[in-house]
Amino acid sequence: MISTFANPHRFMSVSKPAIPILFAAAALLIGVGVYQGLFVAPADYRQGDAARIMFVHVPAAWVCMAAYASMAAASFSSLVWRHNLADLAAKSAAPAGAAFTLICLATGSLWGKPIWNTWWEWDARMTSVLVLFFLYLGYMAIWRAYETPQTAARAAAILCLVGAINLPIIKFSVDWWSTLHQPASVLRADGPSMPASYLTPLLTVALGYLALFLAATLTGMRAEVYARRAEIMMQRRVAAEG
Amino acid sequence: MSDAFRPVRAVFMRELSLAWSGGGGAALPLGFFAGAAMLTPLALGPAPELLRAAGPGVLFIALSLSSLLPMERLFQADLEDGTLETLASSDVGLESVALAKVFAHWTATGLPLALLSPVLWLMLQGSEAALGYVLLASVIAGLAFFAIGAIGAALAAGVRRGGLLIALIALPLYAPAMIFSASAVYAAADGRSPVASLMLAGASAMAALAISPFASAAALRTALD
Repeated sequence: MISTFANPHRFMSVSKPAIPILFAAAALLIGVGVYQGLFVAPADYRQGDAARIMFVHVPAAWVCMAAYASMAAASFSSLVWRHNLADLAAKSAAPAGAAFTLICLATGSLWGKPIWNTWWEWDARMTSVLVLFFLYLGYMAIWRAYETPQTAARAAAILCLVGAINLPIIKFSVDWWSTLHQPASVLRADGPSMPASYLTPLLTVALGYLALFLAATLTGMRAEVYARRAEIMMQRRVAAEG
Repeated sequence: MSDAFRPVRAVFMRELSLAWSGGGGAALPLGFFAGAAMLTPLALGPAPELLRAAGPGVLFIALSLSSLLPMERLFQADLEDGTLETLASSDVGLESVALAKVFAHWTATGLPLALLSPVLWLMLQGSEAALGYVLLASVIAGLAFFAIGAIGAALAAGVRRGGLLIALIALPLYAPAMIFSASAVYAAADGRSPVASLMLAGASAMAALAISPFASAAALRTALD
């Protein structure tokens, strides 16, 4: 019992001070980055002030993909090495990743309205992010479907890896599909060379999002560890009484 | 060579006869497929141009949903009555069992669905020239749908009323097969060459068939523990 909880103990002691630091860093970086993006960076010469939504939109797209990649890595190590904490990491990363996917979709939709004059366009990128959102939903649903956490963990890990294999296939097929149906009529916001006045706030917000993602994931993991400890204590109490 | 395949063949034949006997379970998706196609003109209106434009899309949406119907019981029945446990403790790998089951249920349900597809295509005012391609695309897409659905079925095998969970898992993964098979039919209907789309649809079906047995077997081992 002690040997299996040895690592979670170390995790609990390291994560406890890390979470407030990460939340503070997230608040600071997102605050500074969004301020710079909204007030300091010059308005885009073609899109005007509407382009400023880029500073909340593009980092969310980065983080939602990074979150899925980290879940896939955690699922892999959970399947191969049967590591308890890896399961908890993947489980806790999923709602945060899904939230960033939703932020990416919602801000993209708000950005699309003034620029493309539509809330939603079945553009290749938007469609593949939407598919990613459904993969997140399926992953969270399978955790809820099973009663025993060990079974749920392995089923969810298998699904996460299948999704990770399929994500590039989906991405390429959607790219191909979109070029079939509509020629490139869509504005591309990201030029290959971006001025530093844009790049700096973009990267600042991205780092802030990453810190927020890590803080949310660690908080979720701690809650899971506490929940399992509470479960064990309940079982012990029942065993002692019975 | 033939000895190694005998148990797999036995699983295949057993699944096939089970699917075809007992309550007509294998034929029900056919009714669903035809019924969904029948509702389309009622919703869109009977104008031939509109039906011609929407036909391939409607056909493949209905095909993908019909393919999900046999999935809920694909592994669940065998898990409940202990057949799966017996198979797991035998020499036959669960991977071969999973693949045999996918092919058996595709033969029992997917192939009739694919054969029905050109009929529904004609009823939706599709062009006769594209009939062969509709059949071919339905065969390819059906194999991909069954292979991917099997992963969801294996993951949800231990869950009671897991049908909706299977749909939530499988539908986003259907994207490549759906895109390429429908675009092949659109191309054939427009008089363009559907070969490139058909090849890509075949590639996504083969990728699905390659991944499916291993993911399903891993999920089934979890369910058996």
